Amino acid sequence: MTYVRVPMIYIMICFMFLALYASISPKPVNAFSSQVIQQGAVGDDVIELQARLQYVGYYNGKIDGVFGWGTYWALRNFQYEFGQEIDGIAGQTTKQKLIKASKYDEKHVKSQINQGKKFTHYGGDNNNKQTTPAKQENTGGDEGAATANTSVNVPEGYSQNDIQLMANAVYGEARGEPYVGQVAVAAVILNRVKSPTFPNNVSGVIFEPRAFTAVADGQIWLTPNDTAKQAVLDAINGWDPTGSAEYYFNPDTATSAWIWSRPQIKKIGKHIFCK
Amino acid sequence: MVRWILVAVLTIGIAGTAFWGYQEHQEKNAVLIQAENTYQRSFHELSYNIDLLHDKIGTTLAMNSKQRLSPQMVDIWRITSDALSNVGQLPLGLLPFNKTEEFLSDIGDFTYRTAVRDLDSNPLSDKEKQSFEDLYKQSGKIKDELRQVQHITLKNNLRWMDVQLALANQDEQTDNTIIDGLKTVEKTVEGYSETNVDSGLMGTSTKDHQFKHLQGDKISESEALKKAKSLFNVKDNNNITVTKSGDGSDIPTYSVSYRNGDENAYMDMAEQGGHPLTLLVDRPVQDKQISLNDGQDKAKAYLDKLDFENMTIFQSDEFDNIGVYSFLYNQDGVRVHSDAIEVKVALDNGDILGLTARNYFMNHTDRDIPKPEISKEEAEDMVNPDVKIQEDFLAVIDNDLGEEVLAYEFLGTLGNETYRIFINAMDGKEEKVEKLGGTEINFAGNF
Repeated sequence: MTYVRVPMIYIMICFMFLALYASISPKPVNAFSSQVIQQGAVGDDVIELQARLQYVGYYNGKIDGVFGWGTYWALRNFQYEFGQEIDGIAGQTTKQKLIKASKYDEKHVKSQINQGKKFTHYGGDNNNKQTTPAKQENTGGDEGAATANTSVNVPEGYSQNDIQLMANAVYGEARGEPYVGQVAVAAVILNRVKSPTFPNNVSGVIFEPRAFTAVADGQIWLTPNDTAKQAVLDAINGWDPTGSAEYYFNPDTATSAWIWSRPQIKKIGKHIFCK
Repeated sequence: MVRWILVAVLTIGIAGTAFWGYQEHQEKNAVLIQAENTYQRSFHELSYNIDLLHDKIGTTLAMNSKQRLSPQMVDIWRITSDALSNVGQLPLGLLPFNKTEEFLSDIGDFTYRTAVRDLDSNPLSDKEKQSFEDLYKQSGKIKDELRQVQHITLKNNLRWMDVQLALANQDEQTDNTIIDGLKTVEKTVEGYSETNVDSGLMGTSTKDHQFKHLQGDKISESEALKKAKSLFNVKDNNNITVTKSGDGSDIPTYSVSYRNGDENAYMDMAEQGGHPLTLLVDRPVQDKQISLNDGQDKAKAYLDKLDFENMTIFQSDEFDNIGVYSFLYNQDGVRVHSDAIEVKVALDNGDILGLTARNYFMNHTDRDIPKPEISKEEAEDMVNPDVKIQEDFLAVIDNDLGEEVLAYEFLGTLGNETYRIFINAMDGKEEKVEKLGGTEINFAGNF
C-alpha cells in the first residue's frame, strides 16, 4: 500500500511546484530587465548578456556576471557586425537585436553557476556537452542563496585580499569611529603607500613595526564588518577626507611626545590627523 | 596516609607547573629571538645596502660609455628600493628617520629617470654629474655613520628589542646607542636636503603639489555653513558642525559634518571659493532599484549642477549596490587624465553618496594643448603589432617624469587581456602601458 502512496505524494508536490512556478514567473518574452547595461555593472542582466553574446559566438570569456573588458569588446563587436552604434552599452535596441539573434537558457546557466561548474553557452551545441564536473571545494556553504556572481569588481591594482587586509587594519584601529573616520584611516594607509618615507605596498605599511597599535596588540585579527570594508573601498576609489595626512593619533591615549610635533590638519572623531 | 597522598599530589602539581612555566618561558624566548633576528637582519642588510650603494655610485662616476651607464643606474635604483624596504622593517615608527628614507627615495627616482632616458640623444648634463658627485660624498657619510652604529651594536651585543622598548617608553635617560646613532644619521642627511633642492634630485617622488585651480574669494565660516547646507539639502542648523583645518593642511579648508539618524555626511570645502573637495554620505543602502547607467546620469547631472563643465565619463563600477563613477575633463576632445572627479551614487534611490574633486582642483588649469605632430596611423605603428587596437582617444597624461604630455590613448586586446597604451603624440615615444583588470574571482563566493 505504502509504495503506491509515496509516488502519489511526489507527483502532487511536483504539481504544486509547477503551479507555484507558473504563477510567480510567467514566461518572460523579454528576458532582460528594462535597465541599460554598461561596463562595471554586475548581476543577472550581465549574466544574460554574457550568455547571449557567447551563444552568438562573440564572447569567449567566463559567464561570471561582471561586465568587464571582455564583455565590453564582445558587445562592441556584436554592435559592429549588426550595424548599430558602437558604444559598448547594451541599450534597448541592442538588447532587442541580441534577443532575436540568440537563445538564453536561464535555468541551465544559473544552475551551472550555482554549482560552481565550468561551462560555456555556445549556440548549436548541446548544453550538456559544454560543462565539466564541479570542483569539490565549491560545494557546500550557503545553499539556496541568490545566484552569486563568480567574479567581483575590484579597483584597478587591488586584490580582494588587499582590501580585506586593509579592512582588518581599519576595523582594528577605528571601529568605534564615525564612517568618515574609518575612510580617513584607510586613506592614511594609502597616503603612506604613496609616500617615499614609508614602504610602498599595503602590507608593508600595515605591518611596519610600531606603526599601528592595532597590529601590535593583535586587534587587527578581529573580523571586520562591512562598514570597514566599504570605507576601504571608498579610500581606494579616491576619497581622502584627511587632506593627505600620513599620521594620526588619539590625543587621549598617545604616549609619544614626538607625534604632537607634527603639523596637524584636522580632527575627525577621536583622531587627530597630521602631515 | 591521606597526608602523604596530599603531599605527593601537591609535589607533582608543583613540579608540573614548574615544568609548564619553564616551557612557556622557553617558547616566549624563542619568539622574542625570532623577532629580534628579523630586526637584526633588516638592520645589517640596510648597512650593507648603503655600503653597496655608495660603491656603485662611485663606480658610476668613473663610467663613460652610455651602454654601461643605464644598467648601472637600474642597479642603484634596485638597491635603494631594497634599502628602503629594510628601513621599513625596523621598529622606527616613533623615531624621526624620514629624511633618510626620503634621501634614499630621491636617489632612486634620480637614477630611474636617468636609466630610462635615451642617454645618446640626451646625455647627463654637467649639473647632473655634479649632483651625482654630491650623492657620492653624502652616501659615503651615511655609510660611515651606519657602519659605526653597526659596529657598536655588534661589539656591545645591543638588541633591537631594547630599542623598541626605549622608544615606546620615551625614557630620556636611556643611553641607547642605536637610537643616538640613527639620530646622527638623520641629522647628517637633514643637512644635505637643502643643498639638493636645486640639483634636480629632489621633489619628483611626491605628486602632491599646490592646488592650481581654486578660484574665487575666501569665504567665512558662516558662508561655508550656508553652502554646505544647500549641498547636503539640510534646512536647520541642528546636527551640523563646521571646523577649520589646522596648519598642517595643504590649503585652508572647512570641514562640515552632519548627522541625522543613521545618516552621516562629511565634507571638506576649500576656504578659497568654497569649492567642495571631498564629500561623503554614509547611510545604509537598500536593494538595487536603478541601474548603473541611470546612476551615471544622476552623477553627471550632479556635476553639472556644481558647475564642473566638460566632464566625460571615464569609468564606472558597481560595488554592493553603489555605483562609483570616474569623470575626466575633456578639452576639445582631449581627455585630461589628471583632472579627475569621482562620484558615488546609491543605486537604491539615486542619491549622491560622495564626490571627490581634489585631483581636479589640484591639476586643472587652462591648458594650451598643441596639435599632435604625428598622425594616429604613425602612432599605431609604435604599438606592439600583436595588440589588436579596438578604441583610441587623445589624452593628456602625466608621464614617468611627472610632466604633462599629449598622447594617443589606445585600448587594445591581446589574447583575453585588455591593455591601455599611451603613445606620445609629439615624438611617438611609448609613454605607458597598463594592463586593465578590475575583476577578480570571487574568493568568498559572495563578497
